Amino acid sequence: MIAPLEPKSHTRLVPMIGDKSFLKIDHVDKTFVRGSATTEVLSDVNLAIERGEYISIIGHSGCGKSTLLNLIAGLTTVTRGAVLLENQEVNAPGPDRAVVFQNHSLLPWLTVYDNVRLAVDKVFGRMKSKVERHAWTMEKLDLVQMAHARDKRPSEISGGMKQRVGIARALAMEPKVLLLDEPFGALDALTRAHLQDSVMQIHARLGNTAIMITHDVDEAVLLSDRIVMMTNGPAAHIGEVLEVNLPRPRHRLEMATNPEYLRCREAVLRFLYERHRLVDTAA
Amino acid sequence: MSVAALRSEPQPAAVAPVARGASNVVTIARKPARRDSRIKQKIAAFFATVVPPLVVVAMMLLVWEFACSGPKSSLPAPTRIWAESQDLILQPFFVNGPQDVGLGWRVATSLERVVIGFGLASVVGVLLGALVGQSVWATRGLDPVFQVLRTVPPLAWLPISLAAFRDSAPSAIFVIFITAIWPVIINTAVGIRNIPQDYQNVAKVLRLNHIEYFWRIMIPSAAPYIFTGLRIGIGLSWLAIVAAEMLTGGVGIGFFIWDAWNSSKLSDIVVALIYIGVVGFVLDRLVALIGQIATRGTASG
Repeated sequence: MIAPLEPKSHTRLVPMIGDKSFLKIDHVDKTFVRGSATTEVLSDVNLAIERGEYISIIGHSGCGKSTLLNLIAGLTTVTRGAVLLENQEVNAPGPDRAVVFQNHSLLPWLTVYDNVRLAVDKVFGRMKSKVERHAWTMEKLDLVQMAHARDKRPSEISGGMKQRVGIARALAMEPKVLLLDEPFGALDALTRAHLQDSVMQIHARLGNTAIMITHDVDEAVLLSDRIVMMTNGPAAHIGEVLEVNLPRPRHRLEMATNPEYLRCREAVLRFLYERHRLVDTAA
Repeated sequence: MSVAALRSEPQPAAVAPVARGASNVVTIARKPARRDSRIKQKIAAFFATVVPPLVVVAMMLLVWEFACSGPKSSLPAPTRIWAESQDLILQPFFVNGPQDVGLGWRVATSLERVVIGFGLASVVGVLLGALVGQSVWATRGLDPVFQVLRTVPPLAWLPISLAAFRDSAPSAIFVIFITAIWPVIINTAVGIRNIPQDYQNVAKVLRLNHIEYFWRIMIPSAAPYIFTGLRIGIGLSWLAIVAAEMLTGGVGIGFFIWDAWNSSKLSDIVVALIYIGVVGFVLDRLVALIGQIATRGTASG
């Protein structure tokens, strides 16, 4: 019996289709202890992610989305449970789980090129020659259309451009999982749409696994294969996982009237504003 | 991006007829006029910065002249200083013997000590500051000690260093070192403590080792703080060297003042004071300038 290819992966090269154990978040709890106060941020989070999948995590402020991403990145450690990447436990940060930070986090004293090159040198310092590393750096800058600004410093380019460089830096590490922490949150709507399209194109070309945190329902539906919806904290967990069965490549304008798109959009909105409304006025 | 490109297109079309309509003579005539006004502006700005201090200095000299021109005056007036110490002012680099050299050479000798002492203080201070800034336990252990030691006046270290080194030259350098190091340590530590979490996360994701982290993240990120410390440090060094040389002797500018005092050459002392002030000012500006160049990226990021 030959299993048919999954429709959503027809444009990408996916080495192991249906391998649900590529990245596994296994009964993860996270409790922060500050002095005598303990806060349970995440409680019993379970998620299995396929290779090549694009996952969005959506939820209200303070629901522990960023904490979950930091756990996968290894920037914080789990209290109970485990994060497994290719059956290896994640307990420290590393370039195999590159992060695109919300506020770009480029080093302001390095040029655009040097910011990416630092990552390339660090990850491929032993494997590639100097010429190869230069070519690799330029290739990644080309990929995000930032090669023209290679000698500029971060303070000399716009917010959207900084985020592009941040993405190039993360991609340059050739990560197994690309982690995006509200990558377009600080950008204006036009720049955001532009960058979302770029990320979709890059994802189609490289077929990398990506996990993105977002506040934006449209962004989540447009980009993702699955949307992970978090309940409100404290002790947040995954409330629902929504499959987005839209064929790729997806075009922004066609989506406006696409019934599947609208269905997904409504499902996420209902989850966020009906079943898990943020009652807390502090939000 | 494409929006901006579209928007910029019609502009040349709208501007072109106007430019074509206006005769070439106008545009050619306008350009030199603009350049002229720019030069004028620069000259005006130059005078605006140079004239006020010159006026103030001239007024001070006048007041000083009147105050000290009486026959019973104990301090020399500017005209008397000019008459008595003309050679020191006009020839900073004469050499008449091992102890009779121009003030330029004396300042150079003092500067050499400052450079060695301050250089050591910067290197050791940045390293210690990095240690203190990075480790909670090092802060808890070392910070109280630093806070006590930094209040000790520079000259109070001199007897101990003379006893330890048994020679005046290294003692003077040690006094500079111990004077300059505290602001460097403290400012570096603050800078290191203030490295944004973002940069630390980047370093963690890239798995930078300690040496790479020190050079690629810590030093550039803390550079503005470090240079503040260095600037305070060089100022203190220059304060301390004069006092230290008065006691240790030798060729430096400090000893020159002491020597002049002993032989009642008050005019020479005044000239030496001006030398010290100018050199101190230049040192401060020099470190500030290096800091400005070195922290170009960080400061504007």
